[in-house]
Amino acid sequence: MTAPSDEVAAKEGVARTPAPARVGRSAIVRGDRGRRLAILAAVIAALLIPIFARGFLTFQLTQVMVYALAILGLNLLTGFNGQFSLGHSAFYGIGAYTTAIMMSRWDIPYFWTLPAAGGVCFAVGFLFGLPALRLQGLYLALATFALAIAMPQILKFQPLESFTGGVQGLVIDKPDPPFGLPIDADQWLYYFTLAVLLVMFAGAANLVRSRTGRAIMAIRDNPIAAAAMGINTALYKTLTFGVSALYTGVAGALGAIVVQFVAPDSFNFLLSISFLVGLVIGGVGSIPGCLVGGLFVLFVPNIAESVSTGLAGVIYGVILLLVIFVMPAGTAGFARILFARLLRSPKPEGRSR
Amino acid sequence: MELLLQQVLAGLATGGIYACMALAVVMIYQAIDHLNFAQGEMAMFSTFIAWQLIQWGLPYWVAFAITVVVSFVAGILIDRVLFRPIQNAPILSQVVAFIALFSILNSSAGQIWDFTIKSFPTPFGHTSLFGSTLIDTHEAGMIGVTLGMLGLLYLFFRRTRLGLAMRAAAANPESARLVGIRVGWMTALGWGMAAAIGAVAGMLIAPVVFLEPNMMLGVLLYGFAGAVLGGMTSPGGAVAGGFAVGVIENVAGTFIPYFGRELKLTIALILIVAVLMVRPSGIFGRQAVTRV
Amino acid sequence: MIRVTRRTILAAAPSILTVASLPARAAKKYDPGVTDTEIKIGNTCFYTGPASSYGTIGKAMAAHYKMVNDQGGVNGRKINFISYDDAYSPPKTVEQTRRLVEQDGVLLDAGPLGTPTNSAIWHYMNQKKVPQLFVSTGATKWDDPTHYPWTIGWQPNYQSEGRIYAAFIMKEKPDGKIGFLYQNDDFGKDYLKGLKDGLGDKAKAMVVVEASYETTDPTVDSQVVGMKAAGCDIFVNTGIPKFAAHAIRKAVEIEWKPLHILSSIGNSVAATLKPAGLDNAKGLVSDFYLKDPNDVTWKDDPGFKQWVAFMDKYYPEGDKTDAGNVYGPSNAATVVQVLKQCGDELTRENVMKQAANLKDFTVPMLLPGIKINTSPTDFAPVKQVQMGRFDGTQWRLFGPLIAGAVT
Repeated sequence: MTAPSDEVAAKEGVARTPAPARVGRSAIVRGDRGRRLAILAAVIAALLIPIFARGFLTFQLTQVMVYALAILGLNLLTGFNGQFSLGHSAFYGIGAYTTAIMMSRWDIPYFWTLPAAGGVCFAVGFLFGLPALRLQGLYLALATFALAIAMPQILKFQPLESFTGGVQGLVIDKPDPPFGLPIDADQWLYYFTLAVLLVMFAGAANLVRSRTGRAIMAIRDNPIAAAAMGINTALYKTLTFGVSALYTGVAGALGAIVVQFVAPDSFNFLLSISFLVGLVIGGVGSIPGCLVGGLFVLFVPNIAESVSTGLAGVIYGVILLLVIFVMPAGTAGFARILFARLLRSPKPEGRSR
Repeated sequence: MELLLQQVLAGLATGGIYACMALAVVMIYQAIDHLNFAQGEMAMFSTFIAWQLIQWGLPYWVAFAITVVVSFVAGILIDRVLFRPIQNAPILSQVVAFIALFSILNSSAGQIWDFTIKSFPTPFGHTSLFGSTLIDTHEAGMIGVTLGMLGLLYLFFRRTRLGLAMRAAAANPESARLVGIRVGWMTALGWGMAAAIGAVAGMLIAPVVFLEPNMMLGVLLYGFAGAVLGGMTSPGGAVAGGFAVGVIENVAGTFIPYFGRELKLTIALILIVAVLMVRPSGIFGRQAVTRV
Repeated sequence: MIRVTRRTILAAAPSILTVASLPARAAKKYDPGVTDTEIKIGNTCFYTGPASSYGTIGKAMAAHYKMVNDQGGVNGRKINFISYDDAYSPPKTVEQTRRLVEQDGVLLDAGPLGTPTNSAIWHYMNQKKVPQLFVSTGATKWDDPTHYPWTIGWQPNYQSEGRIYAAFIMKEKPDGKIGFLYQNDDFGKDYLKGLKDGLGDKAKAMVVVEASYETTDPTVDSQVVGMKAAGCDIFVNTGIPKFAAHAIRKAVEIEWKPLHILSSIGNSVAATLKPAGLDNAKGLVSDFYLKDPNDVTWKDDPGFKQWVAFMDKYYPEGDKTDAGNVYGPSNAATVVQVLKQCGDELTRENVMKQAANLKDFTVPMLLPGIKINTSPTDFAPVKQVQMGRFDGTQWRLFGPLIAGAVT
């Protein structure tokens, strides 16, 4: 009974939603349209929030979006391509510093720094991806971990101090709303970040659905079979590393602008670990999950602290464990199971991850 | 030349710490096929328990023994309670569970025993060895115990039926079940042993680095690096890797001009990654060959 | 004509009373966070994360404010002290500080902890014109009223301490070779600059080894070994307690006996010397501005007894041998003094004006003779220190009070 629905699914090009065995074509179209409506509703809600929320909440949500974008970068590499990285804090830091140096040393307007940060990080990611080809699993994890640990030291390195500001860090001025719009700087930054987020999320979704995306995922699922089918695994793996670094680098650039300050020790491996946690909680291999991950990374530590300052770490750990127990495949996996049950299919063919 | 020798010796002494930790890391890796981020914190917590027992008046070796047993049991409990329910979850989810454990242990240790550093006694004393001022009896004792544990583990895994059963369970759980091995209990046993080894490592390391909730963070990093350098499939390699990391870091820090002073950690890690380029499974590690 | 009934009298009462109390003092002016009965102040501190041993400072501060409230508050108002954790992460500090200012609406930020953390909010506080009062760090840059009029430091800054060490070295061992241990961090480099500036032209010749460490380093053995090998006979040790202790112990182990100077960050008997071994610390020299709770000299000192009583009642679980628990209340007491001096004009502007107007103010746990003085061009409240030498059981102060302010 699975053959017809597979054909149908292939025709629709719906790679990500589960194809329920006995639900026909109309349900799939309905599911797709439903998803598009949901996205539209979310975007409209996002546009309206800063008007009603106070500056502080707007600032926090802007940070959530920044983290979501960084997690998306990690997701592209680890979730979609199966390369385990603990080093994304380094790319985030490189992006942040690129922006900080360009804005404070060379007075370049903030919007130009984003493509620059992206470009620099793409190059670094690509170059790092080349030797990484030889490493698998744990060993790749160590290599990326090494990058994460090395980054603060490099940023503090004395001879580079004239660029990086050394341990003192660099301060960035907050950009003003352009064209004299009647909104304040916080709201402007929120909309700016939102715009960048939407563009980049759409780009990632597009990439994942394309042939390149399928090649990337094929490499994750079965590298030998992928190579046997003629996919240039080396090229795709290094490209993915580059693109992943680009995404996290742009997030870092945005983050620097939002926080208005960069210092070497902010970009240590603990940040990498936060990204990893956000990735898993949101759902590995899920693009909308990255937003959930971002929300988790920003708000849950605050919640833990408000319960008890001394035992904040314990509460955070317990919350993490509870989430993993209830939703081992992350929020996206959980939502998928929920959705499939709602559509009342006998055997939801969800992804195994 | 004299300085090089001194730094190498100092590096071996510090390397002893890393080797000890690397052994514990590899142990758990062999038992459960994952890297346990919380290994350091478990060791730290065990060491605090030992410290508390000593504060309450128990003699050192009694506290030592009790701590090892308690850690063993705790390791098994953690496996049964925390990881059994999620053993079929994706690897990354399990990694996050380890991170959660890390956070819980670190925070509760800080709350119970606070963050001021404490000195921890050593059964080996701190007198200098052979009149040299660079290695003292404790550091030599630590290296000795590490090598001793290594030897015992080797014998256990290679010469006993239980050890064989554990290796089988880790290598191929399905086949192991088919021949009647209780895979679940093998994993739990592996956890218990790793926790016990970690406790010993913690109690050896604490006299050198001072006991405090954050004492294991740096050590775990270096231990992990050493284990990977030596090869995650080889306990002996991991120990060697740990020593190597200690020496590399010291020598790089002292002798590489201009960069060495501030970037010694970076340089050590670059060297390790470079080694991995040449031998992707670590120096002594075995290449895992998978059937297509 | 309004009928005067009980109701109208009751309705009019508040305004009558307000008018009646007006002539007694200046008009009440309140900025956010202040009411007739409460003053809301904020703080960020590291309660979690790698530097959490300093978390006790925030707790000690809270205890002090509670004591002040129990004694009637400040000019009849209770202090509402809100402290958030920033885990030593500057982006988190920005978030928590914005929460304090924009969501909680505090009047000022009292004694926030850490150098990079305070650097992150430096511009924000000055842009928003919210007092960043008596920051709990010794970085020299806080003493800059011209460019940053809303930020003021508290403790003697690191560069002036560095200069004081330089002066001491020039007196005791002017031809020595110095090995300098520092955390690869803001404050470490600040100390180094102060030392080098203090040595002037001789700096290049005298400072032979500059060895840094990271907080993730397990030991600093390699650095100490290197110093002995380079022939250093002076050791300036500016590490935090854990690493200072390592260095002290290692120096003894390798039989290196330099003139060993500890910075005020690492000179706590409980946190540093005891773990290092009290015998190993004999002969160490350091500088002080607060009374060391382990020093029996203060046994009968009224200020000390006051502090012990305070700890017993308001922070019993606090470690009485931890210098952080002396720092916190002393810093808090200075904040309280500023609020007192504001009277009823509790605006942010007046807070800064009064902060720049402290004349010979003392708190119980400052060394006798040390007075806090500020002015509109002088944002360094505590400037004086005294040198001390460790005799195996406690620090023995010697010499005069030394002033060293660097702007």
